[in-house]
Amino acid sequence: MSSVRMASRPRGAAKPRSPMAAPRSFLWSRRIFLTLLTGFVLLPVFVMVSSSLKPLEDVSGKFRWMPSGLTIRPYIDIWKTVPLAKYFMNSLVVAGAATVCSVVIAVFAAYAVSRYQFRGKRVFTVTVLSTQMFPGILFLLPLFLMYVNIGNATGIALFGSRAGLILTYLTFSLPFSIWMLIGYFDSVPRDLDEAALVDGCGPIGALFRVVVPAAIPGIVAVAVYAFMTAWGEVLFASVMTNDATRTLAIGLQGYSTQNDVYWNQIMAASLVVSVPVVAGFLLLQRYLVAGLTAGAVK
Amino acid sequence: MQGGKEPSGAAREPGRGPRRRPGRLRRIGLPYLLLLPALLLELLVHLLPIVVGISMSFKELTQFFIRDWGAAPWSGLDNYKVSVDFDAPVGEALLHSFLVTCAFTVLSVGLCWLIGTTAAIYLQEAFKGRGFLRALFLIPYALPVYAAVITWGFMFQRDNGLINHVLHDQLGLTDSAPFWLIGDNSFFALLTVSVWKGWPFAFLIMMAGLQNIPREMYEAAALDGAGVWQQIRRITLPSLKSVNQVLVLVLFLWTFNDFNTPYVLFGRSAPEAADLVSIHIYQSSFVTWNFGTGSAMSVLLLLFLLAVTGGYLWVTSRERKSAHV
Repeated sequence: MSSVRMASRPRGAAKPRSPMAAPRSFLWSRRIFLTLLTGFVLLPVFVMVSSSLKPLEDVSGKFRWMPSGLTIRPYIDIWKTVPLAKYFMNSLVVAGAATVCSVVIAVFAAYAVSRYQFRGKRVFTVTVLSTQMFPGILFLLPLFLMYVNIGNATGIALFGSRAGLILTYLTFSLPFSIWMLIGYFDSVPRDLDEAALVDGCGPIGALFRVVVPAAIPGIVAVAVYAFMTAWGEVLFASVMTNDATRTLAIGLQGYSTQNDVYWNQIMAASLVVSVPVVAGFLLLQRYLVAGLTAGAVK
Repeated sequence: MQGGKEPSGAAREPGRGPRRRPGRLRRIGLPYLLLLPALLLELLVHLLPIVVGISMSFKELTQFFIRDWGAAPWSGLDNYKVSVDFDAPVGEALLHSFLVTCAFTVLSVGLCWLIGTTAAIYLQEAFKGRGFLRALFLIPYALPVYAAVITWGFMFQRDNGLINHVLHDQLGLTDSAPFWLIGDNSFFALLTVSVWKGWPFAFLIMMAGLQNIPREMYEAAALDGAGVWQQIRRITLPSLKSVNQVLVLVLFLWTFNDFNTPYVLFGRSAPEAADLVSIHIYQSSFVTWNFGTGSAMSVLLLLFLLAVTGGYLWVTSRERKSAHV
């Protein structure tokens, strides 16, 4: 952190702001600010990791920075105290299916908007985007009633089922995904897919052979975003799931019983459910950051 | 299709449909076909529920009519009257919750913006550890909300939490160990978690915005003798203006509508000092089983958000226009 100017910068690193050396006031304020911020960011992470390795006495009494004895017991017990594996599976199926569907649907829609002129195009994009601003609570009540009523009328179990949750979640990430992908597809030169059309591909062939491969970073970004959205959703999961379909978001509440709150197990379980998304995010963050910001900054 | 209307004001070049495909119907129908799945889903999960929600708000919808909400008796504007009658308990509670949400949103968005922008500016220049810090700062954004908020909930526990241990036992700043998750302090607990969770998004957007500032501007300023601080004030901050406008709006909408953070931190009914509108509506609907009033409150909330967003966009676009003249 201290050496400001390095002889050779790694590729891709931002260029220095100015040819002048930064003054000490800047360097010191930067050092202090970044240290404090790192502490703020890492504090819960530290609590999560350290508490997950403590025996129950350590997390039930006064907080201790250092555990009295390290144990991996919580990591074994979390699977027995609540059916964590089942919740994990539910979350995986729901988030995975929502991601796949959302990405495929967004690819088609973004292709249409990016490559074609048609009546109602502007209405479509504005409507889809504006659904982003509506409070989730606004959909919750009607959707809850609609799902219950559809179930009563047709026997299709949407309420309480994974299908209902998948259907709901895939639309959450859809507007943003379409928006992001339109930007990506626009940046793929039109000549490329027109050449494919001349060569005898159909429009769908051109989409999958030319446009999609060229926009892979954007599609990865959209997929990560959709997965994170579904994996972290709480509101609809709290109302629309039952014992069999409960996701992690709600299942984690099961570690508090009337007598005890198994904080060490809660922390261990929180860490376990965070690892897949955080690892995926950090691996793919380059794409996601580029994708997330492409739309907003333009 | 060739002579079709161009998108008004769009930055994109007008799209040209594939020319050599046979069949006029297919050519015109294809974009609609491609949009169909997205359209159907948006209709089913977003637009239809809004229509249903609006119609529900005019009905006397209690738990007796859940199975067949169409049969619930019509109640006209009663639900709205109850919601905005600020002298009666329901309206008074809604108004209080609305004011709490406004204060919370202003503080949270302000802090997220400030921290995110400062961090982005400090990380604009390459230095050792920059890439590492950048990844680290994105952790709060990547962690699932409930896992992060549960951890904060643990830290805010009165007897076995880290916060009281540090404030009371180690630093002696408070006389006795205060409650953080009930009572007036809950507002600050919620604010802390919200800022922790929200600032990385501001940071992300700001980092991207900074990359678009041409380096020559800094070089020219440096040649004219401007120091780093002056460059930040004269070049960096003004250049971020249009990014800021989008960012502040998005942060506002997300924070104002946030349900997950208070729900995981406090459960189904939040303490009065941290009773955000979305939790309040949830409680009115699913805990006290009054869906009609809950719907009316949702519609009022939507109208408020539409008005604020519309006003905001109008002001910022006018600014942009006058800047061009």
